[in-house]
Formats: sequence, C-alpha cells, structure tokens
Amino acid sequence: MSMNVIEASGLGKRYGSTWALRECMLAIPAGHVAALVGPNGAGKTTLLNLAVGLAEPSAGAVTVLGGYPAGSAAALDGIAFVAQDTPLYQNLPAADMLHLTRNLNRRFDQHYAQARLAELGIPLNRKTGKLSGGQQAQLALTLGLARRPRLLVLDEPVAMLDPLARHDFMATVLAAAADDGVSVVLSSHVLAELERVADYLILLSRGRVQVAGEVEDLLASHRMLTGPAAEADKFAERPVVHVRRGQAQAHLLVRATVDDPVPPGWEAHPVGLEELTLAYLREPGAGALPGPARGRDTQPSEVTR
Amino acid sequence: MTALTMPARPKHDAGLRPVPWRRMGWVTWRQHRAALAGVAAFLGALAVYLWLTGLQMHHAEAAYCHPAGSLGCAINFTGRYGETAILVSIALQAVPALIGAFIGGPVLARELETGTFRFAWTQGIGRLRWTVGKLVPLAVAVTAVAGAFTVLFAWYNQPWAAAGYVIPFSVRVFDLLGVAFAAWTLAAFAIGALAGMLIRRAVPAIAATLAVYAGLAFATGLWLRQHYTTPLVTHGTNLPGSAWIINHWYTKGGRLVSQSAISQELRGYHHAPRTQVGPNTFQTVLDPVRYLTQHGYTNWTSYQPASQFWPFQWIEGGWLLALSVLLMAATVWLVRRRAA
Repeated sequence: MSMNVIEASGLGKRYGSTWALRECMLAIPAGHVAALVGPNGAGKTTLLNLAVGLAEPSAGAVTVLGGYPAGSAAALDGIAFVAQDTPLYQNLPAADMLHLTRNLNRRFDQHYAQARLAELGIPLNRKTGKLSGGQQAQLALTLGLARRPRLLVLDEPVAMLDPLARHDFMATVLAAAADDGVSVVLSSHVLAELERVADYLILLSRGRVQVAGEVEDLLASHRMLTGPAAEADKFAERPVVHVRRGQAQAHLLVRATVDDPVPPGWEAHPVGLEELTLAYLREPGAGALPGPARGRDTQPSEVTR
Repeated sequence: MTALTMPARPKHDAGLRPVPWRRMGWVTWRQHRAALAGVAAFLGALAVYLWLTGLQMHHAEAAYCHPAGSLGCAINFTGRYGETAILVSIALQAVPALIGAFIGGPVLARELETGTFRFAWTQGIGRLRWTVGKLVPLAVAVTAVAGAFTVLFAWYNQPWAAAGYVIPFSVRVFDLLGVAFAAWTLAAFAIGALAGMLIRRAVPAIAATLAVYAGLAFATGLWLRQHYTTPLVTHGTNLPGSAWIINHWYTKGGRLVSQSAISQELRGYHHAPRTQVGPNTFQTVLDPVRYLTQHGYTNWTSYQPASQFWPFQWIEGGWLLALSVLLMAATVWLVRRRAA
C-alpha cells in the first residue's frame, strides 16, 4: 500500500496567540502502527484532532486515507478515533453504546463487537460509568474497531491504565493491525512499550515534527559511539544527535549506518528505540526527517552525567 | 489474548451514502428520553392541577355568572377563584423557559462538558447530521407538548374570558394562549441550545437561558407587542370592553394637551359641585372625562380590538419561529466550525 493515512503540509494550529502546532510536514504511510511521541504540550493531541477533523487548521492542510480532507464524510467513515480518557456516555449501558455507535455509522459489525465484549468479560447491561478504566478503554476501542475503519487513531490510549490493562489494550490494537490491516496512529508519552508496538515513529517537539520515519530505518541509521571523553569534540562536525559524557567515556548518538567507519579507539553499538527517542527528546533542535533538505542537524548541546 | 478476525471490509467508494436521518432518531431518543419524560411528568402534573381547578371554575361560572356582573358571580366565582387563576397564569409564564433551559441547555453543553463530543463528532454520521438530528426532533417535541398544553390552558381560561374578567390581550394570558405558548417554548429551547454551545457547561447554560428568556419575554410583553400593527384610534368613551388600550391622550382645538395641563384643568373639577344621591352618598355631577369633554377637550384612545388577537398570535408566533430557526442555524454553524 502506497497511500498515506495522514498527510500534512505546512500544517499549523494556533490557539489564541500560541501555536500548538507549526509548519508540520508529515506523511504517515498506510500499514503501520505509528507512534506519535513527544513531551507534554508538544502538539500531539492537536495533530490528532486536526487529522480526525475535530479541529480546523490555522495554516496549511491535512488529508487522510490517501487524500480525503480531514473531517470529510469519507474521512469520518474510514477513521475510528479513540480520544484521550476514552469519553463515552457514562449513563448508557454497554449494549446501548453499541447500538448508538451502530446508528451513527454506515457500517457496524455488531457480531464482532458483542463477541469481543464477551471475550473481555464486559457485561452488556452494565452502565459505562460503572466499568473499570481498562474496560472503558476496551469498550471504546471495540466500538471503534467494530466500525471496521481503515485507520485507527488513538490519543494517549493507555495513559490512565494499569500495566495489565495497558498490555491487553495494546494486544487488541496489534491484533487489529496484524489480522485486518488496520493502520494505526497512536500518541503516547509512555516510551517503554513503543519498541514492542510501533513500527513507525513521529517525534513532535515544541509544535514541530522533529523525527519521522520507519522504526527499522531510524534504528539502522543511528549508532551509539563510545570512546574517550577527551575525544568527543572531534565529532563536532559530524551528524551527532546527542552527547552523553561520563568521567572517562563519552556516548555519542550519531547518524550513521553499520557500514560507516568507526574512528580508532571508539566502539559502535546499535541503538534501541527508547534510547533513540530519549536522545532526540533531549535535543529538540536535532531532526531526522525523510527526504532531502528537511533534516536540520544543529550543534548538539552536551549533557554531562 | 486472542482476537477475533473481522470480516473483510467492503470496497471503499467515494460517493458515500450518508447515514439515514432516522438512525439519528434512535440516538436522540435514547440520550434525551429521561429529560423528555421529566418534561412530560412536569407538564402532566400541571395539567392534572389545571384540570381539577378548572372544573370547579367552570361549574362556578356556569352556576353563578349569568349575568356576569352579578353579586353571586363576584362571591362564588371571581372572589373564590380569582387569585388562583392569576397566580396560575403568572406561574405558567415560567414553563417555556424551564422546558427550554432544561432540555435545550444541556443538549450540546453536556457533550462539551464531558468530552463526549470527541466521540460523537468523529462518527461516520458527521457533525451536521448529528446536530440537526438532535435539535430538530427535540424542538418539535417540546413545541408539540407545549401546543397541547395550550389547549388545556385555553379551556382553563375560558370562564374568565366569558365573565369578562380577563381580556385575551392581557399580558398574563396572551402568551399562554393560541400559538404563542408553543412558540415561546420553541424559542426557549433554541436559546438553550445556543447558550449550551457558547458556554459549553450545562448548569451555566441553563442559568443563561433563563435570564435571556426572561429579558426577551418582558421586553416583548411590555414594549414590543403593542407595535405589531397600527392601533385603532377613537375619541369619546365608546370602547369595547375587550379592547387592549395602548395609549390615552387629550387634544383641545386640534392640539395635543400635555399631562400637566390636564392636571391643572382637573383642579377645577375637584371643586365642582356635588349632589346627594343617597342618604350618605354624594356624587360629582360629572366624571372627569366628561368634565374635560365639556371644557372643550377631546379624549383620544388608541387600542387593539379583540379581533386582532389571532393576527397578533400569528405575528408573535411567526417572529419567534424565525428567531428560533435562526438561533438553531447559528448553533449548527457553531458546531460545524467548533475546534476541539
């Protein structure tokens, strides 16, 4: 599949005089579980709200599912969105939430939804407000998936859940992605699970896209170099993302592949996703974006430990 | 954990058929049936009360008020039930406001307050159909219920009108009769819906609706209504009893006379000779109006005759309907452009 599930160009959103998102260039290809990562206030929710049509851009444009304007009928039809804290009608029983969602959509797989809730042990006659946080999240997810969307958008889906509920929730998401080919875009500031879950990473920082790409490519194009601390400055001209300096040794996250030469006295290691993400989060000025001229490598600041 | 495999998705086509309107009907009913039941119970209780007291009034009027001005009528009908009828008609003024505020106010405010709009507005039906599919059936429902209630109130009011105790233009019954009551209820609902969308919280939206409604209703009753059509003007004292008197003035020699000049002239009237008409009763020869007439003043009155009642009802119903449609259109427009 070559279509982009979310495509943004020059996308900006301003609330009052503050830009929540600015000059956002983004193309998330279909068939991925894409993680939108960034510190609080980086613009994750804003970007997702723009993509699902809940917000209107102040600048630029965003299209979904291969070119439909966000919020258009075709876009709404093909996207299931589970908002932060999974808002549902607390006074309705789960069965009525199902019936309500069925009435609000062209397609609704009642059989799937009922079987799924039975499997999860969520009683249909219990009011949504009486369900646990994990069950509410699972109900919201089930309602979304029963619409048989092409894209599932999740805004901080697991932030409020305990580890077990978090694991179960993500298992449902991954099953939908693997078995039914649903593209997934989820925002999270929980980095620990990303490696298991996401195969595409978008890193937002201060309202701008800092890093975007397939996890595999990102990991293959970054190396961790370890060598004498005194020599760390030799890499000042190289595409260094982040420097972590110990007493004797320095650890440099550089943009390099496994084929790039390693200077004498230095060792190169592959990096993990969490490590890579943290390094970029610590260097909001650094960027790694697909395509030419978009990546802007700036001088790294040094973080001494 | 195992996951069920979902059936293959149908081919995605560009020319999507929208979700049918009637599906929204179930959603609206399911989400607002409790509030609608509350309105039905409230109006039902009021109706039972009006029915019971109304029956007594009808019997009393039939038994004692033919002729209407008799002493028996004054004691057994107007004296016994008059205050109740006045209090009831004043209390009923609040009913459209209450219905509008408690049904209209929360419709959108509750969604915005609890965040469920993020669920509702990202479903396949789309915001436009969702909003229209909520507002229109609810508006029709409250208007119809209010319209039915008006029929009962007209029956309740009928002995008073028959006894000449209240004119149809009276400020306290005009908007409880005809189409006005339903129209005011619709307007209150529309105000509530818009207030909920603007304020985004249910309780403040309800309060704002009551305040705006009260302002609009007072302004209409006190200033606006009398300007719907040009009043009739008459001189002399031959006014029909059911007429709604708008204004009253005097002229002398074709020129308008100020109120202070009238007061000046009436000083002479207070010193006019009185005649004894009974053992202890004295009466001035003339009443002040005739006194002034004899002194060359012409008495003018502008009024609306009772026959203007229905034109006035349609005018009031018409502009309230237009206002309601406008407010609801504004609400829909706000929902469409509302950013999360």
